[in-house]
Amino acid sequence: MNDTSKFALALGDDALTMGQRLSEWISHGPFLEEDIALANVALDFMGRARMFLSYAGELEGEGRSEDDLAFLRDTREFTNLLMFELPIGDFGQTIARQYLVDAFEAPYFEALCNSKDETIAAIAAKVVKECRYHLRRSRDWVIRLGDGTEESHQRMQDGIYEMWPYVAELFEMPEYETRLAEQGIAVDRDVLRAGWEKEVMATLAEATLSAPQDGHAIRGGREGVHTEHLGFLLSDLQFMQRAYPGLEW
Amino acid sequence: MSESNQEHLQATFDARVAAESRIEPRDWMPDDFRKSVLRQMSQHAHSEVIGMQPEGNWITRAPTLHRKTILMAKVQDEAGHGLYLYSAAETLGTSRDDMIAALHAGKAKYASIFNYPSLTWADIGAIGWLVDGAAIVNQVSLQRTSYGPYARAMVRICKEESFHQRQGYQIMMVLARGSEEQKAMAQDALNRWWWPSLMMFGPHDAESAHSAKSMQWKLKRESNDTLRQRFVDQTIPQAELIGLTVPDPDLKWNEERGAYDFGEIDWEEFMQVISGNGPCNKQRLDHHIAAKENGQWVRDAMAAYEEKRRARREAA
Ligand SMILES: [Fe+2]
Ligand SMILES: [Fe+2]
Repeated sequence: MNDTSKFALALGDDALTMGQRLSEWISHGPFLEEDIALANVALDFMGRARMFLSYAGELEGEGRSEDDLAFLRDTREFTNLLMFELPIGDFGQTIARQYLVDAFEAPYFEALCNSKDETIAAIAAKVVKECRYHLRRSRDWVIRLGDGTEESHQRMQDGIYEMWPYVAELFEMPEYETRLAEQGIAVDRDVLRAGWEKEVMATLAEATLSAPQDGHAIRGGREGVHTEHLGFLLSDLQFMQRAYPGLEW
Repeated sequence: MSESNQEHLQATFDARVAAESRIEPRDWMPDDFRKSVLRQMSQHAHSEVIGMQPEGNWITRAPTLHRKTILMAKVQDEAGHGLYLYSAAETLGTSRDDMIAALHAGKAKYASIFNYPSLTWADIGAIGWLVDGAAIVNQVSLQRTSYGPYARAMVRICKEESFHQRQGYQIMMVLARGSEEQKAMAQDALNRWWWPSLMMFGPHDAESAHSAKSMQWKLKRESNDTLRQRFVDQTIPQAELIGLTVPDPDLKWNEERGAYDFGEIDWEEFMQVISGNGPCNKQRLDHHIAAKENGQWVRDAMAAYEEKRRARREAA
């Protein structure tokens, strides 16, 4: 795989694992309207996963389709960031992850719209509109849950603590991504950190939540070193293709 | 209210029904009409929502990303149908919360077909093809129901249902022309879902507790048996087209009637499932109750936050 292919694959894996996780909420949401909203967000991530994975396969040039990439790779070959694969937990944890990711992705995909790679730029242009909507939604939830009841405050705070060690990875780049950023194909993630902190600190303050100290960071997703959760996510995701290989559905 | 006034209201109601004009929420209606519409609409709403479970069961395991997105969108539609119907039913003065409480207390029902398990991917095909197929036959007929909000909800819902039926049939079509395992999976799903699909139309007209009155009010426009026959007649050619066999030895074309004759439904099984003894009744209800309970703190938080905001606005 060349650099751009690896890059598309990583973004595809991020979207796929998040879409898969969010889809677990359908019929389990706190009320019907929220089931619909969570399904919407899940569908956006799935759509994004399909575009990036197809493109990764196309660039690789070995005839692998979006489905080959999604269903026929094992844990070590997945390159999503760890935060995306974590279990949904309770609603507070789901919202915490979503908000921290959305706050990164909205400006990230906006910047990626200027990618010198036309396909990446086109996907980013489509995705950025969804990201803005996702961010409005998840920010709103953080505030409502943080500043809601004592219980919701505690759960929201726990969710933020739970996710915090995985934040550092959002701003890190493997070598291939750094090379792509230098060529104007990818975006320098570190540049977005200050804006992200500003957004997140303001929201946490409004939500009466405290910001965790930056401490121990857990990383490894881009190198295929995952949490133990990913294997189980894949055993659900890939069940049919593994049990009945090579068929059409 | 004086007796003559009462008679006058009843006469106006009867005349409206006879003239095929719709009864609207503000119109006077007899008490048992109101109860009947509410029972039917809340049952219909619960069916949409509980129906999300057997299909939702396969979302994380769908065999391709394309199928996964279709299934997610489909189950999401069903949630939307539940919403339309709850709001339509709320026009009668009962809240969604009350309807759900009645469901959890076992007082309100939902379509008993959702008390069967979805075991393989082919079940997702069979549910779309047969269960949505049967629902459409019923819902098309209900577009002309006499209660206005219900009729309008049906018009909206029918627009989405044909996509549901098609995606299910499409799944079956691909399986039926696939490997031996896939064909067997499709046939097995048809075997298990066929009879419950026929049961969806309810008891024979003669035995249907609510039918006669509902027909008289034009709440129900066609009888259970008429609708069931229509479903059979449209579905058999679809099964034949993809080489699947409906599990009914008595099924044969009746030239004289221009319709299919088919075997008798196992009414004992129907009664058992309806009265709570199907394979998944408890599971479905437990799932719905658990989602509600797990979401209680979220709903409480929303209410508390709104309250705080209101207080802040007033203080400002
Ligand atoms: Fe529906
Ligand atoms: Fe449907």
